[in-house]
Amino acid sequence: MTLKQDMGMPETTATVKGTRGSEAALIPAVDIFEDSHQITVQAEMPGVSKDKLNVQAERNGLLIEGEMQIDLPAGTTALYADLHTTRYRRSFVLSGELETERIEASLKDGLLTVRIPKRVEYRTRRIKVSTA
Amino acid sequence: MFESLFNFDTDPFEQFRRLESEVGQLHGHSPWPAGIRAVQRGTFPPINVGATPERIDVYLFAAGLDSKSLDVSIQQNLLTISGSRRIDAEEKAEYYRRERFDGDFRRVITLPEDVDPERVDAKYRDGVLQITVQRREAARPRQITVS
Repeated sequence: MTLKQDMGMPETTATVKGTRGSEAALIPAVDIFEDSHQITVQAEMPGVSKDKLNVQAERNGLLIEGEMQIDLPAGTTALYADLHTTRYRRSFVLSGELETERIEASLKDGLLTVRIPKRVEYRTRRIKVSTA
Repeated sequence: MFESLFNFDTDPFEQFRRLESEVGQLHGHSPWPAGIRAVQRGTFPPINVGATPERIDVYLFAAGLDSKSLDVSIQQNLLTISGSRRIDAEEKAEYYRRERFDGDFRRVITLPEDVDPERVDAKYRDGVLQITVQRREAARPRQITVS
């Protein structure tokens, strides 16, 4: 397993204390899968537009952050709320065989897709077994 | 400005009720009676409902929906939203996490009684479905001038 550690909780709508100060943040639900060339992370961040999205990759970490922006008429009061904050945050630990300089991210309808390529020398090669 | 839709801090009793019910949920029960159509915490998709004297806005947070799969209907003040989201698995990939909801969903919300079921708008943007229902004029507070 390459994304070794997940600092968030698996619950999608739970609010937890963020790593920075006492800011609460939503933990986006994610699908993570790996093929021979790359690892793909798909994170749900409804309400986040491109300019309010922050994807940061470091040598050994991936941080996904976003701020929701919705049309809210002035003077709105809440009648019911499943979500109690407008921020999303989740981070993952990456390992050395991933090419963090070449990460690609795209956002569509609140769904973030991050593709992290593996270094060429780490790509899976099928080894053909021949029978004698 | 967003804060008003996402917390009830203006009402100290509401805060207390929330704390109570969150503690209750940890122990598998809530000390407060639940709405008959209320769903379990964490149900997909999460919903917020905001109100002004003129209108009610329902926000449904669901990324990557096909708006054609959505069915929104209103009967008097009962709003029903149903739809489906299918996530096609990558066949040649190995999954580490599959947290995204896959399947059919349905949520039913009781709106205040003064909503006008004839005047409803719905739009889907950035993964948020926003349904705006206008309220009837008669129910709005009116300022009466004293001469």
